[in-house]
Amino acid sequence: MIPARTWPLGRAGVHLVLILYTALCLGPVLLVVMNSFKSRAGIFGAPLSLPNAATFDLIGYKTVLGQGAFLRYFGNSLIVTAGSLAAVLLFGAMAAFALSEYRFRANRLLGLFLALGIMVPIRLGTVAILNMMVAARLVNTHLALILIYTAQGLPIAVFILGEFMQGVSKDLKDAGRIDGLSEYTIFFRLVLPLVRPAVATVAVFTMIPIWNDLWFPLIVAPGEATKTVTLGAQVFIGQFVTNWNAVLAALTLAVLPVLVLYLLFSRQLIRGITAGAVK
Amino acid sequence: MDQIDKLAADVPLLPAATRDAAPARTRRWHIAVFLAPALLVYTALMIVPLADTLRLSLFRSVEHAPVFVGLDNFRVLLTDPRWSLHFWAAFRHNLYFFAFHILLQNPVGIALAALLSLPRLRGQAFYRTAFFLPTMLSFVIVGFTWKLILSPLWGVAPALLGSVGLRGWFHPWLGQEATALTTLALISVWQYVGIPMMLIYAAMLAIPGELIEAAELDGITGFAQFRKIKLPLIWPTVGICSILTFVGNFNAFDLIYTINGANAGPNFATDLLGTFLFRTFFGNQLQLGDPNMGATIATMMFLIILAGVAAYLFGIQTRMRRYAL
Amino acid sequence: MRMTKAAWVLSGAALVMAAPALAADATLTIESWRNDDLPTWQEKIIPAFEKGHPGIKLNFQPTAPKEYNAALNSKLDAGTAGDIIACRPFDASLELFKKGQLTSVNAVPGMDHFTAVARAGWSTDDGQTAYCVPAAAVLHGFIYNQDAFAKAGIQQPPKTSDEFFGDLEKLKKDGTYVPLAMGTPDQWEAATMGYQNIGPNHWHGEDGRKALIAGQSKLTDPAWVAPFRELAKWGPYLGDGYQAQSYPDSQNLFTLGRAAIYPAGSWEIAQFAAQAQFKLGVFPPPVPKAGDPCYVSDHPDIAFGMNAKTKNAEAAKTFLAWVASPDFARVYSDSLPGFYSMQTQSAPVTDPLAQQFLAFRTACKSTMRSTYQMLSRGTPNLENEVWVASANVINGTETPEQAAQKLQKGLDSWYKPAK
Repeated sequence: MIPARTWPLGRAGVHLVLILYTALCLGPVLLVVMNSFKSRAGIFGAPLSLPNAATFDLIGYKTVLGQGAFLRYFGNSLIVTAGSLAAVLLFGAMAAFALSEYRFRANRLLGLFLALGIMVPIRLGTVAILNMMVAARLVNTHLALILIYTAQGLPIAVFILGEFMQGVSKDLKDAGRIDGLSEYTIFFRLVLPLVRPAVATVAVFTMIPIWNDLWFPLIVAPGEATKTVTLGAQVFIGQFVTNWNAVLAALTLAVLPVLVLYLLFSRQLIRGITAGAVK
Repeated sequence: MDQIDKLAADVPLLPAATRDAAPARTRRWHIAVFLAPALLVYTALMIVPLADTLRLSLFRSVEHAPVFVGLDNFRVLLTDPRWSLHFWAAFRHNLYFFAFHILLQNPVGIALAALLSLPRLRGQAFYRTAFFLPTMLSFVIVGFTWKLILSPLWGVAPALLGSVGLRGWFHPWLGQEATALTTLALISVWQYVGIPMMLIYAAMLAIPGELIEAAELDGITGFAQFRKIKLPLIWPTVGICSILTFVGNFNAFDLIYTINGANAGPNFATDLLGTFLFRTFFGNQLQLGDPNMGATIATMMFLIILAGVAAYLFGIQTRMRRYAL
Repeated sequence: MRMTKAAWVLSGAALVMAAPALAADATLTIESWRNDDLPTWQEKIIPAFEKGHPGIKLNFQPTAPKEYNAALNSKLDAGTAGDIIACRPFDASLELFKKGQLTSVNAVPGMDHFTAVARAGWSTDDGQTAYCVPAAAVLHGFIYNQDAFAKAGIQQPPKTSDEFFGDLEKLKKDGTYVPLAMGTPDQWEAATMGYQNIGPNHWHGEDGRKALIAGQSKLTDPAWVAPFRELAKWGPYLGDGYQAQSYPDSQNLFTLGRAAIYPAGSWEIAQFAAQAQFKLGVFPPPVPKAGDPCYVSDHPDIAFGMNAKTKNAEAAKTFLAWVASPDFARVYSDSLPGFYSMQTQSAPVTDPLAQQFLAFRTACKSTMRSTYQMLSRGTPNLENEVWVASANVINGTETPEQAAQKLQKGLDSWYKPAK
């Protein structure tokens, strides 16, 4: 039993703080969602009250959903995000392992080389990247975006995973080597499971900038068949900027997929985190 | 590209004294295999295009033909008042923006993580999701939502303040030179506090239970336990968070752009290096893009961030690890 | 690549189904920053074109105005831009032409439907080569809420600057309405609907604008400082917290019936007419003193050009010829009231509010925004600086004189007028 005195502030105090901060996080989002179900007069007349019989109106959603293929955009975003994420995690973990595990002359140099990418926004290379995609006939394909986001996500993934891999017990790996396991087996079977919390964490915030990116979909894959949900939402917002019904509805619809995605991934994330903790 | 692969593969390995050596031949190859995919994609899609852009900083376009000017663009950027005033102002704003994040985002992140990792906390998953939600939203959504909330027209902020009798405290914060940058920094912290919280939370869960139990047996509990046992163990993670924040802040662009536009108003009060770069590189309304000066700014940003990261890697991090051990 | 493939599939299907069609279908992708117009294009303009031109399909693909230039330039550099390019006036498009990314449109049938003045926005400095076909101009003025004027006892819209401020004072005393709906954080609103709206009456339209380009007058001359002096007096009549009131905020403030006067561009007409529940009126920018000549900003806004790398050059030329035809002028001004054709035979305008705006053209002399031609080519960029200065002057963080001096100093640092 953990005695209650180990809790600073006491149980109620802790929950009070957490609830207040929750309100700060969710409030703005709830405000948008709530008002998206109101008529124009309701939005401006009483922004802080829930929609009621007089103010309830779905006109915003009608405007927005009449305009585009939200489901297809969502599918595109999902393909691109999942594809890039898989590549970043696999390739990143492999590279991080090589750099943290083995000593070789170019080690430090390669580490720095990989860190360069953290320091300049990849957006600056836009023209060269686009030229490359044109030459490879990849414009308006999911693969183009996946490749770009993989390159973009790798440096940070290597950086963080490397930090965690240094913490993996050396005895364990050496024991594996004595048992005659190959380096690949050591990596996939021994090390990777142990750094799962780090992998899950890297996954979550590699995913966010990819899902939310506006720039590369706009430049490399603006076609209707590859348009991502963020780009789609931006078009709605740009188009109806004065029409708050539509803006709020579009914002709500843009929040939803992110939530769904997080809930899809969060079980993995939490399992990863707790698996790492219960040693 | 090929060269780098060869570099990785061909470098003879140092004999590892502490370790039972596997046959040298296999070792050589698996290092290359582990590194190759990452290096390939990264070099082709990041390094080559970026190098191509940074190279532009040494040229100037004269009648649509590139002319090599050496470091002259840097002289212009740093000394010609038409450029240098904007550059140094943006640099100062960036430092302020970063300081604000470090002083607010890390402590809040640590506090939230500490509370969340308390044993047997009810509703933990709910809180965690709630705290992480802002981080998952795109700049478009965050920017727009806060603009609406702080809008004098919609009146949400004034009404909220009014409900606690502070209606007079409301000001058009985003539109005043004195308060705009601070307001944006607060929004940015609101959005990003989820990342340090998550990383630190993971680090706290990783603290071995025996350590905590031992501390409790010694009578170290509550806040003292947090300060004496947990905090030292999570310092390396706080270090990672800080450096990620540093890099993120000095590349920050989207939030300012979404809320206050590429001109980073009012009167350039919210201009960061990122917005200055975007305006210069891609142009703005009637302003034509200037890839050469844009690349010059990008190179400067690169050098600033490089200096910061190097300082962290060689100074702070090594010392911290020694301490953590 | 997908697009082309889709086009092939489509054209194949079309060949099978419509045997009489001889030529394979060409699909023209149109790049534009007018994302507001997407439904109008889809519902009205594209069907009008396709009806008369079987075998050519149009795909209107707008980008948000903020990203348009950056995205378009990247796509043009890489060769992935659409076949038809919506051209911003003056230097932004001139640069594209000089880089060989836009072609000359001198040979497009119907270019003689435009005067040299109309073509100037999309021609080389010597006026010899046009590279985009002018589509529409926009007018500036003020839109007002008739109920608000009645409530405050204002019989007639103001004609002079004094009357204008007198009326603002009456509206403020009455207190029911915010006198002026404008904010400063977006900056371009203050510059475009403020400075460039009321300015021409002070600097005498084209005369002043050309003198500035020729270097005969300076931005520190009284005629150029005067509009800033007026703007400096606007602050007290704007809504509470106008420093953070964005452009959509201003639009909503007015159309919700909470503000009396909206400094406007004619492009607002359609949306305002649809949203406002009260009677709208318009008046041209007030003149400094009674009897002064009036000038109105009649600004070349949008044109269409051909991507030099298009694979559908013939179809693109057909489309441009259509843009130069009275047919296009009619459809465009009809479906997008407030965008006025620039062809010599003006298209009939049916929208009543749009007609009132159009009347400014006959009552006053036309001019265009002062910063667009020649003066925004260097660093610092004059247009950008005017945005910042206009917002600062209204916010009261800079005096009109300081603003004027800063602008002139910036201009002097790179602009050398031709002797």
